[in-house]
Amino acid sequence: MNASAPLTRKDFQTDQEVRWCPGCGDYAILAAVQSVFPELGVPREKFAVVSGIGCSSRFPYYMNTFGFHTIHGRAPAVATGLKLARPELEVWVATGDGDSLSIGGNHTIHMLRRNVGLKVLLFNNKIYGLTKGQYSPTSEIGKKAKSTPFGSVDRPFSPLALALGAGATFIARSVDVIQPHLKTTLKRVASHKGTAFTEILQNCNIFNDGAWEEIADKDQREDNVLFLEHGKPLIFGKTKNQGIRSNGFDIEVVTLEEGGITAADLLVHDERQPSPAYAFMLASMDSRPGFPTPVGVLRAIDHASYEELVNDQVQQVITAKGKGDLNKLLRGAETWEVR
Amino acid sequence: MQVTGSQFTNTAALFGNDLSTFPDFPAEIRAPQGTLPGVSGFQVNFSSTEVHTPGDAVDVLIAMNPAALKTNVGDLKTGGILIVNSDSFGEVDFKKAKITSNPLEDGSLSGFRVFQVDLLKLTKAAVKDTGLDAKSVDRSKNFFALGMCYWLFGRSMEGSLRWIDSKFKGQVAEANKLTLRAGYAYCEATEAYQAVAYEVAPARLPPGTYRNLSGNTALSMGLIAGAERSGLPLFLGSYPITPASDILHELSMYKSFGVVTFQAEDEIAAVTSAIGAAYGGHLATTTTSGPGMALKMEAIGLAIAVELPLVVVDIQRGGPSTGLPTKTEQADLFQAIFGRNSEAPLPVLAPATPGDCFWVALEACRIAVKYMTPVIVLSDGYLANGAEPWRVPTVDELPSFPAKFRTDPAGFQPFMRDPGTLARPWAVPGTAGLEHRIGGIEKQDITGNINYEPENHDRMVRLRAAKVAGVVQDIPDVVPAGDPEGDVVIVGWGSTYGSITAALHALRAKGHKVGHVHLRHLNPMPKNVGEVLKRYKKVLVPEINLGQLAFILRGTYLVDAISFSKVEGKPFKQSEIENKVLEVMK
Repeated sequence: MNASAPLTRKDFQTDQEVRWCPGCGDYAILAAVQSVFPELGVPREKFAVVSGIGCSSRFPYYMNTFGFHTIHGRAPAVATGLKLARPELEVWVATGDGDSLSIGGNHTIHMLRRNVGLKVLLFNNKIYGLTKGQYSPTSEIGKKAKSTPFGSVDRPFSPLALALGAGATFIARSVDVIQPHLKTTLKRVASHKGTAFTEILQNCNIFNDGAWEEIADKDQREDNVLFLEHGKPLIFGKTKNQGIRSNGFDIEVVTLEEGGITAADLLVHDERQPSPAYAFMLASMDSRPGFPTPVGVLRAIDHASYEELVNDQVQQVITAKGKGDLNKLLRGAETWEVR
Repeated sequence: MQVTGSQFTNTAALFGNDLSTFPDFPAEIRAPQGTLPGVSGFQVNFSSTEVHTPGDAVDVLIAMNPAALKTNVGDLKTGGILIVNSDSFGEVDFKKAKITSNPLEDGSLSGFRVFQVDLLKLTKAAVKDTGLDAKSVDRSKNFFALGMCYWLFGRSMEGSLRWIDSKFKGQVAEANKLTLRAGYAYCEATEAYQAVAYEVAPARLPPGTYRNLSGNTALSMGLIAGAERSGLPLFLGSYPITPASDILHELSMYKSFGVVTFQAEDEIAAVTSAIGAAYGGHLATTTTSGPGMALKMEAIGLAIAVELPLVVVDIQRGGPSTGLPTKTEQADLFQAIFGRNSEAPLPVLAPATPGDCFWVALEACRIAVKYMTPVIVLSDGYLANGAEPWRVPTVDELPSFPAKFRTDPAGFQPFMRDPGTLARPWAVPGTAGLEHRIGGIEKQDITGNINYEPENHDRMVRLRAAKVAGVVQDIPDVVPAGDPEGDVVIVGWGSTYGSITAALHALRAKGHKVGHVHLRHLNPMPKNVGEVLKRYKKVLVPEINLGQLAFILRGTYLVDAISFSKVEGKPFKQSEIENKVLEVMK
């Protein structure tokens, strides 16, 4: 590879045969990532992709960067160690709803709490694919799957609401099949300092086909998706006539031009709201009947990253005390001589 | 009581005594004082000659209350000195200790030289001008006992006075110093004590600079030394657990050495973050105890599969499950060697004494880096908290093993191997031209690509095993202590070293032909072990477990190893091993 030539999508493809099922949403996500990485102005060797276990976690094998396919649920912890050791790397985490929210839930929340500088792509297909079709922590109530032949009874949670609860500084949502939106979102993810937590709605055409039908299907999409733009009112619908208005502590869907309602009455998207309450309202909106699913950057605030704070403290101690002297350490505070 | 014990230990060490300690305390943080579960003890054996154990029986016992007396009086030698805090021998105290009669009056202590001291009253009198509150006065009283010990054994108070000044402030510091001096003066002025004062001259240790050192501190220093001698920054991922937390505390203080300590959200994150740091080119380590080891095992399997260096430290404690958190045990040997799914071999080492924790930690770093493998260090609660005089080496005496990162892309393959060590190259992210993928899925030999072919898997399983087995080329043969051949060889590992050594000396002094092999490398074992064991008629293996090393020796060398096991949460006594050797010789 010529070091000075600009990187292309091809530079990020490996010679490995991609082993996802034909028609899987993961192909679209891989394509988007491979087309965005060359545009980030980062040398290829500075990328490391870390994953756990599951269909999504095969991702590193198909990215011609440094890659580490670890064990189930632990990618955030492995990636935290790597980022602490090599803060200069761009460390991306590929994970799924089972990997990051079930077996790895603990690492996910603590990564977010610490605000480790990791770019997290959570492929949410609301199902366990690699173990052949069990319901997941994001499956809807009543999900009939291999382990729930009579329907699941446990409640799902929203990955983004969970992330906010853990103190996320950046949350975003996009969709496998809406490529331009996915690429734009990935660029925002790339530029965030701290944990950039991204839910990508993804179809599993084998075990949960149509998981996001009302969003993926072009005919229904406009009525069901709220495309967020910073500084713009919350408007959606095929004819852009639906909006979100605040109502006391709650929100409501209103129709523009009905009863004199105009865009000026609507909430205006502000991803930098210091309080997480607004972002939480957005993150949990899709679970309410009649409300759209917001996509885009829901929240992006500034906070020092964990690796920066940790390594700064080390440097401060070295500055204050001087570099450690091993001979002095070995001797300790008090010694005596035997002759 | 632990503070009092370690102060006395430091003073004895600085005086030049050889010594060995056995701190024994409950798992509860402040179990009610005066109750049986609340008894916190500290045993110290110091001498003008070589010391290998904290001693089977004690010459002097200081009991702060009836519960402490009841728990420990069994260890006091007949005719031994018993100092009791008579202020704490009332009806309430008897009830707490679950005894019905006053031992000071019922004749049960007639075999000892008993000294009753009103510790609390004397302490109160000593500090009356400081205006200290009652609770603080109560805490001060241990210093009175310490002062008494200093007088009884002719030791200077200077070290402890300095320590009090560095540790406490204002009236508390003043009160503690007054109490310490009052205890010393009390003995000096009381005629009864003149007859029992001891002289313990300095021991004749090999020449050098010495310090007093506990196992966990030694281990922490060994890891820092390992980082320095490999030229790598040290990363510790750890989750608090008794009795390993002190290593996390120690290393957290040494940021000036560039150490990064990460208190993880759980044991799994502790080890996996370390694996991430190893991938990033740090000397990575994780520290824990038995229950935490169980949680880390899947991740250690990953480190074996991706062949990254990692030092895993297990400070063993009583088990199973939560077991005896503050008591010692050696029952994680099987877990360390065999405790993972599938064929997942790794080197296992065990320090023999508190000071040896330094050398074994350093050796673990060397093997991990050289062979690109996780290494387990099996220390235990007794070594971790116990202390001994340690000859301080200079940095130049330490082995040097600079890590080499792969930088040349020409011909690079992630699972190509060094023909001598079978280690794969360490190719750190950020190195241009070396982009590659690693993972827990079976890899194709050399390329590292995902591969499920039967012959390839068989080859990789054997390669990983051969790499670990090959460490044997790099470790010293065992040289038995005592007789090089004879009637019995005692084979030990870990913290039984002291008791076995003391027993060995005693047996040989009586003319018995006995040898001692102590294994610091448990996997692989030194290459001459099988041959050495066959030079003796009997092989005896004392362990604080139900015979784990004995099982391995039998399986590996087809020798009739006799297991001698005890699992009481405390070390072997010298006499127990001595008697067992005599028994098997019959």
